[in-house]
Amino acid sequence: MTVRRRTALTGLGATLAAPFIMRHAALGADPIVVVGIHDASGGLDIYGKPMIACLDFAVDECNEAGGLLGRPIKLINYDPQSNIQLYTQFATEAATRDRAAVVHGGITSASREAIRPILDRYRTLYFYNTQYEGGVCDRNCFCTGSTPAQNVNKVVPYVLKNWGKKIYVLAADYNYGQITSKWVVKYARDGGGDVVAVDFFPLNVTDFGPAIQKIQAAKPDVIMSALVGGAHISFYRQWAAAGMKNRIPMASTTFGVGDESLVLSPEEGNGIVAAFSYFQEVDTPANKAFLEKFHAKMGPNAPYLGGELAMRTYVGFNLWAEGVRKAKTIERMQVIEALESGITNDGPPGKTVIDGQTNHCSLNVYLAVCQDHGFKVLQSFADQPPSDTQSVCNLIKYPNTNKQFVIDVKL
Amino acid sequence: MDLAFAVFLQVATGVATLLIISLGLAVIFGMMRVINLAHGEFLMLGAYSAIISVRAGLNIWLAMLVVAPIVVGAIGAAVERVLIRGLYGRVLDTMLATWGLSLALIGIVTMIFGDSVSGFSAPLGSIAIGGYRSSSYGLFLIGAAIVLLCGTWAVLRLTPAGLIARGTMQNAEMAAALGVSPGRVYAATFTAGAAISGLAGALIAPFSGVVPTMGTLYIARAFITVLTGGAAMLAGTLSASALLGSVSTLGTYFTTPVLGEVIMLVVAVLLLRLLPQGITGRFFRRAL
Repeated sequence: MTVRRRTALTGLGATLAAPFIMRHAALGADPIVVVGIHDASGGLDIYGKPMIACLDFAVDECNEAGGLLGRPIKLINYDPQSNIQLYTQFATEAATRDRAAVVHGGITSASREAIRPILDRYRTLYFYNTQYEGGVCDRNCFCTGSTPAQNVNKVVPYVLKNWGKKIYVLAADYNYGQITSKWVVKYARDGGGDVVAVDFFPLNVTDFGPAIQKIQAAKPDVIMSALVGGAHISFYRQWAAAGMKNRIPMASTTFGVGDESLVLSPEEGNGIVAAFSYFQEVDTPANKAFLEKFHAKMGPNAPYLGGELAMRTYVGFNLWAEGVRKAKTIERMQVIEALESGITNDGPPGKTVIDGQTNHCSLNVYLAVCQDHGFKVLQSFADQPPSDTQSVCNLIKYPNTNKQFVIDVKL
Repeated sequence: MDLAFAVFLQVATGVATLLIISLGLAVIFGMMRVINLAHGEFLMLGAYSAIISVRAGLNIWLAMLVVAPIVVGAIGAAVERVLIRGLYGRVLDTMLATWGLSLALIGIVTMIFGDSVSGFSAPLGSIAIGGYRSSSYGLFLIGAAIVLLCGTWAVLRLTPAGLIARGTMQNAEMAAALGVSPGRVYAATFTAGAAISGLAGALIAPFSGVVPTMGTLYIARAFITVLTGGAAMLAGTLSASALLGSVSTLGTYFTTPVLGEVIMLVVAVLLLRLLPQGITGRFFRRAL
């Protein structure tokens, strides 16, 4: 028998393609692919590393319990290195090459807005598990973190009541900081206070000297920080170094979501107040049990979970898993419908319920003060609805909405 | 009044910071005409040497003022021996080589320490100026800039070594004919420039945070300062730092951090258009 080039090529092609064809034939036994996109390096790694640890933990836990629908979960973690371009690249890979059943990821709002349209286009379910500025209205995207109505609306009344009416806002210069500072203005005015100034800082700014002099000239009663990332930690250092720490009290919408409280010394961090839907220090039996298991598994490498980002990633995965169990399939629309029916997770932070009108969550919120590298919970608020997003977004009535609503407040 | 003084102090700190980060580059560029694109990474290595020493339990002053310049000076000496020595007089080639070095250093440090921000707190506490408070470390930076500048001037002007260095830079062949080895003078100058950069990196570390890519934040500003300064190394760096540092700090104070940076760059561009040889091409021409 003579081997012609054409037959040889056909044979070779078939051999190469066989694993792919066979994989599709045997889909039933295949693992369900879940993709995580979180920054494990770069300026945002202080948030990303604990989130990845919690997602790993959640997937392992699910696999140990037998997986989902009788299939194991295969988790693929991508590290976009705090670089938006890599976010879009990995989101495309997750949707096209990995054919992920769901993508969990995005830390900054900028990264979310970079990958949300991509995952919409490729019809890949998306979970954004971070506290953010609210307003995203998109059936394909579930936002499981807290929003200004849930967190800013707790911090601002607290500072107005305890510290004074004049607030000075420092915020990161991108959509999160800009929109969040508007919410601070709104809630301050609602509570009878006012915002004397809002200063924005690009994420790579490290010299806050001029800003600190400016704040002193404005003589506010309260500093509200919506600063983000590793470079902005210098602000807390320079603020303490200038001796301002004990003169003007500070609250924040971001401090403690990463490991800020660990990186700073107690002299620099103590006394800063923040509100999130979880703190590692939340004292409930469910949280205690979770932490024991988490630490037993991770050993000395277990990261400090700080504020809500890492825990929301854990809860977000479990909400999705619950949705899949209810839908009995990983088919996207059926899972979305199951999730929107009001899936509930009773996890370490308390009860989280998906709100079908907005694809956001009702959740418990905790107000806490930074103390010796950790937080002390001062107050807790049960079952807080995402009322900010609810006031503008109705996916039941208008299921084809796909935009982020932004609050309109004059600064 | 208090406010004016507090802002003035802030401006002085800005000027001092610019001077400190530019001086090492000015020495290497001004004396040897070597454009060291790895200058930012020398700053970064200085910051890392300081932070590692502090974490190892060393006194913070010893770490910043002694360990950082020695470590980076030694690295500079090695770099000169291996990389720069063969390329004297070839401006483009040295730029390419030092650029490669810059990328390599960022890569190596990222591999060892990870691409994450660390840092240590500024020592010294704070001072009160009337009703305003400022970090005493800012004052220390101003003092450090003055000492560095005067020290460099004194070495170049008052010591035999300085005389030999200046002579070699002016006319290497004549110096060689008189029994001086230009190679050794170049090596020593490069090492000194690197050591100053290392010291600068350690000094700014408490304010800036320490990341492998921190050099890229500073290199553009350092280059603009040195170019705006012009031919006279010390007078040029001083006058350019004073001008650009004030513009940048005041710009930031009265507008936003972004606009402050833009205003500074616009001023630098205008200045170079009007004075192509830099400030010292027109003024202080006979200064060092």
